[in-house]
Amino acid sequence: MTDSLLHVHGLVKEFHLKPARGAGWKKRIVQAVSGVSFDVARGETLGLVGESGSGKTTVGRCVLRLLEPTAGQVSFDGVDLATLSFDELREVRRRMQIVFQDPYASLDPKMTVGASIAEPLVVQGIGGDHQEKVVSLLELVGLSADHARRFPHEFSGGQRQRIGVARALALDPALIVLDEPVSALDVSIQAGVVNLFDDLQQRLGMSYIFIAHDLSVVRHIADRVAVMYLGKIMEIGPAEQVYEHPTHPYTKALLSAVPLPNPRVERGRSRIMLEGDVPSPVNPPSGCRFRTRCWKATELCSMQEPELQMRADGQSSACHHPEG
Amino acid sequence: MAVADTVLPTVSPRRMAFNRFVSHKAAVVSVFILATLVLFVALSPFTARYGVNEAVQAPPNYFLSPRANAWLGTDDIGRDLYSRLIYGVRVSLIIGLFSAMISVAIGCLVGSVAGFRGGRFDDVVMRVTDLFLAFPFLVTLLVMRNMLGAITWLTPVIGELSSVRFIIVLFAIFGWMGVARIVRGQVLALKEREFIEAARAVGASRWYIVRRHLLPNSIGPIMVALTFSVVSAIIGESTLAFFGYGPQAGAGATSLGILVGQAKGAVNTGFWWLALFPCLTLVTIALTINFIGDALRDATDPRMQKDA
Amino acid sequence: MTTPVLQIRDLKVTFTTPLGPLVAVRGIDLDVHPGEMTAVVGESGSGKSVTFLAAMGLLPRTATVEGSVMLDGHQLVGASPKLLRSIRGRLLSMIFQDPLSALNPVHRIGAQISEMLRAHSSMSERAARIRAVELLEIVGIPQPGDRALQYPHEFSGGMRQRVVIAMAIANSPKVLIADEPTTALDVTVQAQILEVIQRVQAQFGTAVVLITHDLGVVARVCERVNVMYAGRVVERADIGTIFDEPTHPYTRGLLASLPQAGVDRLVPIAGFPPNMLNPPTGCAFRTRCEHAMDECSQRLPELEQLGSSMTACIRAKELVGR
Repeated sequence: MTDSLLHVHGLVKEFHLKPARGAGWKKRIVQAVSGVSFDVARGETLGLVGESGSGKTTVGRCVLRLLEPTAGQVSFDGVDLATLSFDELREVRRRMQIVFQDPYASLDPKMTVGASIAEPLVVQGIGGDHQEKVVSLLELVGLSADHARRFPHEFSGGQRQRIGVARALALDPALIVLDEPVSALDVSIQAGVVNLFDDLQQRLGMSYIFIAHDLSVVRHIADRVAVMYLGKIMEIGPAEQVYEHPTHPYTKALLSAVPLPNPRVERGRSRIMLEGDVPSPVNPPSGCRFRTRCWKATELCSMQEPELQMRADGQSSACHHPEG
Repeated sequence: MAVADTVLPTVSPRRMAFNRFVSHKAAVVSVFILATLVLFVALSPFTARYGVNEAVQAPPNYFLSPRANAWLGTDDIGRDLYSRLIYGVRVSLIIGLFSAMISVAIGCLVGSVAGFRGGRFDDVVMRVTDLFLAFPFLVTLLVMRNMLGAITWLTPVIGELSSVRFIIVLFAIFGWMGVARIVRGQVLALKEREFIEAARAVGASRWYIVRRHLLPNSIGPIMVALTFSVVSAIIGESTLAFFGYGPQAGAGATSLGILVGQAKGAVNTGFWWLALFPCLTLVTIALTINFIGDALRDATDPRMQKDA
Repeated sequence: MTTPVLQIRDLKVTFTTPLGPLVAVRGIDLDVHPGEMTAVVGESGSGKSVTFLAAMGLLPRTATVEGSVMLDGHQLVGASPKLLRSIRGRLLSMIFQDPLSALNPVHRIGAQISEMLRAHSSMSERAARIRAVELLEIVGIPQPGDRALQYPHEFSGGMRQRVVIAMAIANSPKVLIADEPTTALDVTVQAQILEVIQRVQAQFGTAVVLITHDLGVVARVCERVNVMYAGRVVERADIGTIFDEPTHPYTRGLLASLPQAGVDRLVPIAGFPPNMLNPPTGCAFRTRCEHAMDECSQRLPELEQLGSSMTACIRAKELVGR
């Protein structure tokens, strides 16, 4: 626990919604994240999966302090981020970075690619030859030096994403939050970018928080995975274990729903169909949040919210009736 | 692991905007016309034939129709309309340009900070803007003119009631709101874009983001706002002058507005040149600037810039 | 082999753009058989959506469509707006990735479905309303009677897509084109929607064209697969064959690049999606193909029979079994 690079405990993030007629014109609060705790070790990849409303993207933003948590603790390398001033936080920012989902919006269209990649260095007031660093970063991500003086619109989606990665690497971070980094890319391009992440991690040893809704990709790259639903972690553990032997009904349903590119397997397996849609985070179900769609729900589930409990080696889930 | 070459040849956003601009024929023609006009005006010691108050010849010299020694005719006291037009346009352009620059500067500042900070600050600023915009332009202008003029301790700074400087200040005070709105809108749209978040993620300060990312990406709307501010100031000045509140700095100084104002009387009397030429000049200036503004808006349209 | 209900022959679509003509679809042949679920798989620049938008006559004026699209005896290319209007929603329907774009936010759901019914039949308003509620039930919307009176914004994404499907099948069309219908949905909702489409297909006997880039979805519900690349169909086969024995290098590359259990390192396809303003000469895939030869740049490969698949690759035969 003390050796982990990132320690998140009881993270809560609330948003205020405008009052609406349906709620009696009261001020409405949405808890996008309702008490999430996890650790990320050095050099490890933690996958964060979930559907819409799960809060996974918000968790990523809170970890980096792009959003201020409403409650809870985020410690990076032993230091509680809440205790830091703006300048101290800026220091820490060097060591944690982010790659965004949309390759088209993540680069300033008016700046050359080289300027965008060098921006972290400029903002952090790091001296030295920025040009050299930019070139080495471009080559690291599989682009070439003369790409530096071009503009984002001249590149394809996959290339822009690589540029985003180069920028994230500029400060030699120890942790990178990857927010749906390949979702917006063509399937044939995704593989290349995922391989890039793998290679970079092997070479540079940074940790990743890989946020995605594509379970197959997460399974491939993550060491551990956390499954989120409506702002809470339902299950967390080593990736292979969670995928092969899920203990939480939601994880099981999620895995069951993912279509596998293999017709025999796909049509042969039994499927768990969830009823209805993901409930609105404005008014989450009492007790266990998943109970409204869970086939195992009992009265206990509506009265008491289950805690995360260890099931197998390093794998825990929050359920009163875990899968065997 | 090298990835194959890029998709399009290298072209900066600026170059693309320029290409789009020159594809608007009307705007390109307007640029030439306006440039010629400005050149004439700038070289007034050479292009004007007479002084601003100089009589063309010995009396009788009033209300002479266009002829060899007075290309556009003379006015009621024998002054050459052509020369006066040159001097007048100079004054009006100065008023237009300076008041536009000042109001755009104020508008950019207010709009970008309000848009980026959001929250209560934004609400307050926008309500103030709305307040200013709620008053009918002309009436407020006249009232403010007298009010400001009455504040005697401000006079050394903003100039006498009838000076050019005063008018510039007046228009600047009334011009910034529109620009602020435009800039704020642009900032609001850009604020949530991921490259802004990326800058925050590396620890950029608010001011850095406004300066380095938000304003450069708002150049399009800002330039458009600038051109329209110029036109509106010039026309505003003409309106003021028409009612007799124009710049009267020093004996004989003139502005396009004053000349247009003098056209009032000329319409009935049949001295058509006194009405035609000043009005034609005003219309030309307004039209050319408008065409240029339109083309600028198209040229910097963010929709075209976004995708490859 | 039954006669196809939708027959596309040598379809070409050209867009006039400020940067010159863009040929998005470069001559495709495609058949859709009654009652079948056919997949059209492709990525950016493949032209998969444009093909069917052209069939529906929904392309903007900047597009020129050539070739033939026969639907149940009607020629759709160059058809009069009147004919197209009578066909759309009645014989041929389309649903899109974003259900919101098909729904009018200021009208109730039930009314929108009844409008669809009454546009193509002589149903009375009362009958149409009743039928609308029935349709909502068929697509699995709980309490359909109440929900028919609600507005689109009161429905979640998955529910909206069900409503859109209800509208699309209201008049029992022969062909339903689903353009990435589940891409924007959560994976658990995606499973539900696919199930609805299958159910509707069985009940109404509608042929479904599923346009997607997700091979998992294809594996789950489709019977025939057409793979498109750079505006051409490069491989066509039935579901079992295409996954077990893909013949075109693009299809193989696509399957190899997918993350699957046990795969240690992904195998990407080198290069980028094609620039349709200036696609490579000859076979457009050659710039990314590890088996490309000189000859590949010289002619546009045609679809040829190879075993039980059709493939547009001059080297496909020799690559079998590699």
